[in-house]
Amino acid sequence: MKKIEAIIKPFKLEEVKDALADLGIEGMTVSEVKGFGRQKGHTEIYRGSEYTVDFLPKIKIEVVIADDLAEKATGAIVKAAKTGKIGDGKVFISPVEEAIRIRTDETGDKAV
Amino acid sequence: MMRTKQSPKGLLLAAVALAVMAAVPLHAQDDPFAAPAAVVEETTAVLTDAAGDVAVVATEAVAVVAPEEPAEEPTPVEAFWSGKEAEQAIFTVNNLWICLAAALVFLMHLGFSALESGLTQSKNTTNVLFKNVFIICMGLLAYAAYGFNAMYPGDNWIIPGWFAMGTPIANGFTESDAIVANLTSEYNAGYTIWGDFIFQAMFAATAATIISGAVAERIKLGSFMLAATIIVAFAYPISGSWEWGGGWLSEDFIDFAGSSLVHAFGGYAALAAVLVLGPRAGKYVGGKIKPILGHSMPLATIGMFMLFLGWFGFNGGSVLSADPVLVSLVFVTTALAGAAGGLAAAFTSWIVLKKPDLSMALNGMLAGLVGITAGADSIAPWPAVLVGAISGTIVVFSVLMFDRLKIDDPVGAISVHGICGNWGTIAVGIFGAGVLSTQIIGTVAISAFAFIFSLVTFGVIKAIFGLRVSPEEEELGLDIGEHGQEAYPDFVANK
Repeated sequence: MKKIEAIIKPFKLEEVKDALADLGIEGMTVSEVKGFGRQKGHTEIYRGSEYTVDFLPKIKIEVVIADDLAEKATGAIVKAAKTGKIGDGKVFISPVEEAIRIRTDETGDKAV
Repeated sequence: MMRTKQSPKGLLLAAVALAVMAAVPLHAQDDPFAAPAAVVEETTAVLTDAAGDVAVVATEAVAVVAPEEPAEEPTPVEAFWSGKEAEQAIFTVNNLWICLAAALVFLMHLGFSALESGLTQSKNTTNVLFKNVFIICMGLLAYAAYGFNAMYPGDNWIIPGWFAMGTPIANGFTESDAIVANLTSEYNAGYTIWGDFIFQAMFAATAATIISGAVAERIKLGSFMLAATIIVAFAYPISGSWEWGGGWLSEDFIDFAGSSLVHAFGGYAALAAVLVLGPRAGKYVGGKIKPILGHSMPLATIGMFMLFLGWFGFNGGSVLSADPVLVSLVFVTTALAGAAGGLAAAFTSWIVLKKPDLSMALNGMLAGLVGITAGADSIAPWPAVLVGAISGTIVVFSVLMFDRLKIDDPVGAISVHGICGNWGTIAVGIFGAGVLSTQIIGTVAISAFAFIFSLVTFGVIKAIFGLRVSPEEEELGLDIGEHGQEAYPDFVANK
């Protein structure tokens, strides 16, 4: 099993979710996160004083899937989340040792 | 809001305008008390109902015998008891308008609560709301127990024109003379003493509300409550009595609804409080201004609209009668000045700060309203636009200036109410019925009194009880520190 963590632009979430659903991926976990990479932050102004916003809002998607699906899923995420502009995000893939479905005690690929 | 002794002018104006609207002669206005000899005259009272239809209410023959000595003009109270339905209707309408205006001014406290909440951080919201709840409760009770009679002492001055002791308002009257006794003839007999009291009482708490915004996010709750009570109960009625109570300023100085007596008073009391208290932690770091963002622009905007709505009562009610000409003029000047202030501040911030700042536009609308408050009845509509626009421009530079001076005012109260209150009062000497030098003396005297009284009050409280919460509490938020209660417990807010 593989875990795919994708950090994307918030407005791309729907497209990425649909692309994964098209591959038959049935579940995912999504969190609102903040961070920066090469895009860095930007400057805002409040009542006459400028300030820098270093951490920009992003969405992190976590999906754990069977090994054979990992490549297709990664491709789908990258394709759906791409705008070509700076700040599109990153995808990380890592191996997962075990998965357990709490309701049924199923393990491994059957659990994800 | 100056209450003139025994002045039926507004009432007569109201009646005259009513007659014009109905386009029929209003015989009821012929003054039978002034008749030189015995006359019998046909009296027809004409009223206009809600649909604008003319209804003849009463036709009666009234015999009036001239008294031995020349009779004085009837007071509105005497007119009310003369049994003429038109007179009674006018009295009732005047009194109803005062009561409705009081309710509108009450609504301003919701506006202040929302504006102050929106322009401060979410970790202090419960504290901000609590202060505002306390202020209106304390303000009404303190004004009933002491302030009203200290501000409107009649002839019971301790130092004539300068200081009077307060007493609780009357508790009640016997069944038979209830209505008679409730009609005040002390200052303006155009409405009942209850209507009079409740309208003035709603104003009183405003001064403390203005301070509340400026000292938000770092003041100890108990110390603030004590200071606010002392200032509203004792200081506000003193400077109020100078002008509205018939004191030393009441002859030539003009402050129609309180640009100085209410707003500059609150603004300069707030300035003194902030000087004693110091800025919020993290606002001025290493010689740089670090903005501390308000947590809800929607709340701040709702607050501004509530305040604008309430201002129709604040200024409109200060006509102190339902005089159709003056009330509608005041509505027009008030609204135009507020609108001009909003646009002026928006464009000033756009030009000076490169971006149109919403919080500045909100401050600008309020600045325009504060600016026109002193002359809403004596400044014509287009000069009112100018007064508002200048207010809106001043307020942006004033907010920036106080920030440079490291005088930390989260909501801009000192600029909106203090500086623009001064400007509005002075503007009456330029565009309105006032004399420039007198207007300057008046607004400086009231501002200085508020500043010094507040400086001493907050200084003494600081020495005895302390004024600031601990740095840890300020970091964690006053909601947890002072109240053990969060405003937004269900989600992690941006602290």
